[in-house]
Amino acid sequence: MPLIIFGLIAVVLVTAMMKIKSGELRVREVPSPLIGKMSPEFSLPSLYGQGEVSTADLKCGATLLNVWASWCFACRQEHEAITWLANNGVRIVGLNYKDQPQDAKQWLQRLGNPYSLIASDIDGRVGIDWGVYGAPETFVIDEQGIIRDKHIGPVTQKYIEEKLQPLIEDIRKTSSCEA
Amino acid sequence: MRSLIFISLLLTGLAINAAPIATFKFDNDQQEELFHKLSQDLRCLVCQNNSIGDSNADLAKDLRNEMYGMIIQGKNEQQIVDFMVQRYGDFVLYNPPMKPLTWVLWFGPAIIFVIALFYALRIIKAQRSDVAPQGMKASESERLKRLQAEAERTSHRQDQQE
Repeated sequence: MPLIIFGLIAVVLVTAMMKIKSGELRVREVPSPLIGKMSPEFSLPSLYGQGEVSTADLKCGATLLNVWASWCFACRQEHEAITWLANNGVRIVGLNYKDQPQDAKQWLQRLGNPYSLIASDIDGRVGIDWGVYGAPETFVIDEQGIIRDKHIGPVTQKYIEEKLQPLIEDIRKTSSCEA
Repeated sequence: MRSLIFISLLLTGLAINAAPIATFKFDNDQQEELFHKLSQDLRCLVCQNNSIGDSNADLAKDLRNEMYGMIIQGKNEQQIVDFMVQRYGDFVLYNPPMKPLTWVLWFGPAIIFVIALFYALRIIKAQRSDVAPQGMKASESERLKRLQAEAERTSHRQDQQE
């Protein structure tokens, strides 16, 4: 009997460890209570000074809100994946989080700009409303402005294939907006 | 001299610990108390084993500012906790609320303890019945005691010889 219990505990621990190692189980991730809810309202200056970027700008087909900053190393890692998505017709709005506009612009100049619009959240106040606790974070928003998913950490090929693409297709089925 | 150095070192430690909160000015003591309480009750999301009050992370600083603003506006504890939970989920609370999802968290340890206790008692009982088999005659148990005492003496003597 004790051997059976020990065996069960060992199996549970080893599978958990393997899942953490393969990235399937992400222990440091805090599940967002915002999934399934409306996007928190915001209105922020656009990084390139063309007026404001607001919640209304998110409501078009399937839109990604990508939280990034020039100081964020993992944002550089995911930049290629984000660019790939933009090139494949996914509308991406950037939330430039706790960053200096000139640093952000330099970063984009060097690496390329995949964003349709960029909101400048210099003090991170809007980030708090969105439950952001680091960068990068990526929200998937549907036509009605409802948050359908949140991805914490760099967007990966695996995430795009397994979760993002099916979700975008699902949202576009009922969408009338052409981005 | 040595004690003087010691005391000054202690005081430096205090000053460092107080630093995150020292910059805020409150209208009254209740507000300050609430601020300290919330600082300890809310978890920093970035460094997950620190409270918002203890953490030096940038986000913790922002959330302290946010909390301070709400306290000055006259928001009560529940309103501020709700604000945080709406954005960051139950995870920000060091004391998770009691609901079906967290039952395992609340009752799990007690259940494991009861199971462990049950097995411990069974093992102890089994060992006891090994030592003193029931249904022994008085003369037999007398003899057993004598033999045990003798065995103890012998082993004692051996220990001394070694």
